[in-house]
Amino acid sequence: MTRPTIAVHKFSSCDGCQLAFLNAGEDLLELAGLVDIRHFLEAGVADEDAGVDIAFVEGSISTAEEVERIRRVRANSGMVVTLGACATAGGLQALRNLDGRNDAWKQAVYAQPEFIGTLEHAEPVAAHIDVDFALWGCPVNGRQVLAAVRQLLFGVTPLDPRDKLCHECKRQHAVCVMVADGRPCMGPVTRTGCGALCPRFGRDCYACFGPAENANTAAMGARLDGLGLPPADIARRFLFINSHAPGFLEAGRKHYRSDFGDD
Amino acid sequence: MNPYLPRQAEVVSRTVESGDTFSLGLRLTDGEPYDFAPGQFNMLYLHGCGEVPISVVADDPDSDILTHTVRAVGRITRGLEQLQVGDRIGLRGPYGRGWPMTQAEGRDVVVVTGGLGCAPSVSIIHHILGHRGGYGHLSILQGVKHTDDLIWRAQYDAWAQLPDVDVLLAADVAEPGWHGHVGLVTALFDQLRLEPARTIAMLCGPEVMMRAAADGLHAIGLAEDRIYLSMERNMQCAVGHCGHCQLGGSFVCKDGPVFAWPEIRPLLGTRGY
Amino acid sequence: MNSSSFLPRDALQSLIDVLQDRGYRTIGPRAQDGAIQYLDIDDVAQLPAGTGDHQSPGRYRLHDGTSPRLFAWANGPQALKPWLFHARETLWCSTRGADGRLSFAAAPVDERPLAVIGARACDLAACHLQDRHFVDGMTDPAYAARRRGLFTVAVHCTQPAETCFCASTGDGPRAGEGFDLALSELDDGFVVVAGSAVGQTVADALPTRTASREQLAQADAEIAGAAARQTRHLPSRDLRAALFARLEHARWDDVAGRCLACGNCTSVCPTCFCHAEQDVPSLDGTSSEHVREWDSCFSEGHGYLHGFQIRPEIRHRFRQWMTHKLGSWHEQYGRSGCVGCGRCITWCPVGIDITVEAQAICGDADGGNA
Repeated sequence: MTRPTIAVHKFSSCDGCQLAFLNAGEDLLELAGLVDIRHFLEAGVADEDAGVDIAFVEGSISTAEEVERIRRVRANSGMVVTLGACATAGGLQALRNLDGRNDAWKQAVYAQPEFIGTLEHAEPVAAHIDVDFALWGCPVNGRQVLAAVRQLLFGVTPLDPRDKLCHECKRQHAVCVMVADGRPCMGPVTRTGCGALCPRFGRDCYACFGPAENANTAAMGARLDGLGLPPADIARRFLFINSHAPGFLEAGRKHYRSDFGDD
Repeated sequence: MNPYLPRQAEVVSRTVESGDTFSLGLRLTDGEPYDFAPGQFNMLYLHGCGEVPISVVADDPDSDILTHTVRAVGRITRGLEQLQVGDRIGLRGPYGRGWPMTQAEGRDVVVVTGGLGCAPSVSIIHHILGHRGGYGHLSILQGVKHTDDLIWRAQYDAWAQLPDVDVLLAADVAEPGWHGHVGLVTALFDQLRLEPARTIAMLCGPEVMMRAAADGLHAIGLAEDRIYLSMERNMQCAVGHCGHCQLGGSFVCKDGPVFAWPEIRPLLGTRGY
Repeated sequence: MNSSSFLPRDALQSLIDVLQDRGYRTIGPRAQDGAIQYLDIDDVAQLPAGTGDHQSPGRYRLHDGTSPRLFAWANGPQALKPWLFHARETLWCSTRGADGRLSFAAAPVDERPLAVIGARACDLAACHLQDRHFVDGMTDPAYAARRRGLFTVAVHCTQPAETCFCASTGDGPRAGEGFDLALSELDDGFVVVAGSAVGQTVADALPTRTASREQLAQADAEIAGAAARQTRHLPSRDLRAALFARLEHARWDDVAGRCLACGNCTSVCPTCFCHAEQDVPSLDGTSSEHVREWDSCFSEGHGYLHGFQIRPEIRHRFRQWMTHKLGSWHEQYGRSGCVGCGRCITWCPVGIDITVEAQAICGDADGGNA
């Protein structure tokens, strides 16, 4: 039986999701025996235009070059899987879309802004091509990625767990940081997948896995308000990592005002 | 005894029934006995992927092959679709309360099915034809959305040739040359040859179709408690533990899947149950 | 078996010691991560001396005090459920050989007997209900094995939280049955009553003396006071007919607007039994664990049916939860599925109160305050 071919492509991103692959350690070696890795710069394999069965794409689309390259990835790949928050929902860099002042930011941040070739908006991959499957998270975790690969190798669609994080938090027997400590935890609207990492260490979830299915963002916003969060902070809870995810964008905008400044 | 543990079964036949529907003939490899009643179901397990409830189609006393007809619509059923003869899967069952074959003895029987509802119901027909003297007139009604969705055409034709058996087919959208009814299966009720007082009805299909069929059959004189429906819900354990299949107070996996109409009528068609 | 004895406070360690000598793993209440949790205990010093709890809808806080009492709190986020019906558990494993043949093996069950010290009346009532579900009828082997080995030391509740309503459901605050030993905590020690033959043998091994009439009266008075202080109640112990007659009540939409559908209520509920099953294969695909984990009627998967969603809206999910908990449980197990522990009220992040919702939906129904 021929081994399926895979590629891991990088777009506008921090490489953290590719690291989730690399950090898999022995599992990565095992994976290398199960699939034929044709392109994965972080792992030292380079063949950008290789035709593959499954392409994993990290990063948002934020330059003209990336718009063209993501189309080539689509054409060269049987299946395209987005890897993490940037590819799936725009990520941190999509925050600049919110106030429509890309050029002003560019002028303010860079000494020689003429070398910065960013588009007006940084966008999720799905804004440009059809995506077959999305892996959420900032970053994704290795267990989640390998589980998806394993199901694809079995020839079935990976599980797409969209439940609220609270379900997993309770399975882990973490004490609710919102109820017992008044923290503005986003677990009740956030997609599971991280293993309730933050709440298990007493921290509030900051929604890095994006919106869960049937997320009641209105009730969540009201609760954060009740905990005493000012509107700017409520907006940031929704917009921080996955600002362009459906549900979070609308919820964030409801509380967001462009005159927040950079306090 | 662990009620969740599957047995190994080998795929001994594979038949494409229509675009997305296929049948698997399975044989248990452990040599242990397996008996089921018409209307019961098995949990089929695809290694590494998960389980799915599928009703048992075949009721052939001379064969140890268990036939399951499946529509590939979810992640597991699409995986099952890729199986080839010789492949191994897990199987546990049978589960649930099947069709009321004892209550139907000596009676005329109407089987009304819609779409792939024919699969959980074909065992009724096999059973009656295998015990022909025990039952009265048999009416088989099957409705499909499109004539392309109609599986087992030759089988329906063969049944139609048998004495004391009527076969009535309906399709919402028909290909040219279709001899059946164009429209809903419930519109065929006025063609039924039956004596309501001695008739029992068994329904399987989409809930909206079963509701209409139950109403229609009741309107032509069938008693409410002689109308039976096979229900479908999410089932993961199949033994009444996992809770997914609840329909009000009933666990569809063990209290059903076949119910007398009055048992479930209050919640039937209520969105959310 | 009904004779009462008195165990001085400074002799409580003997209870842990006797149980451990008999092979039990001992668990009891500890204040950890800001909540009372049943965890391993070896030493009475690990118990939450002087700790109390403030509970209100959506809020839980522990507070310290100077009382010598160890059980002067109402409850924590979990009852005994996690110890019997595990949040995640492998049921069996499938192994595929090089020739494609499959073999299936049931997962081993840790059968070391467990003794829990400090179980509440509501916890025991809930445990009894889960027994009906997992043991009566088709028996779940893992649950049943753990249940067989369970030794329960109840402590009658004298400090109900604001969210408690066990008196209304008839499940507390006095532990009525289903315990091996029951304790009433007084300032200087514990009134001990055995509830089973094995419990009596443990009681006989403790350095007790005869309980005085005053001690017994004090214990009874504290329990009665705990019942009297409860302010919440359900409109009736059987709301089945009332709920199912009101499936289109406007309140379902109202509560759906507030509900996060996060499933916290079902996760902390000591009687909720729903679980999902899924496979966790090894990366090479040769073996796969078939795992079950707690699920909830608030999850997407609970109502999934081959490409169709039975309960697409939060309104449907909340209604399923409440009509099952307070309604269809009667059909299934002859009583309500609610034991009045109040956890779903406290641990709901937005403080939805089942007693308030039940009153709003069924308050006009016949039945009164049972």
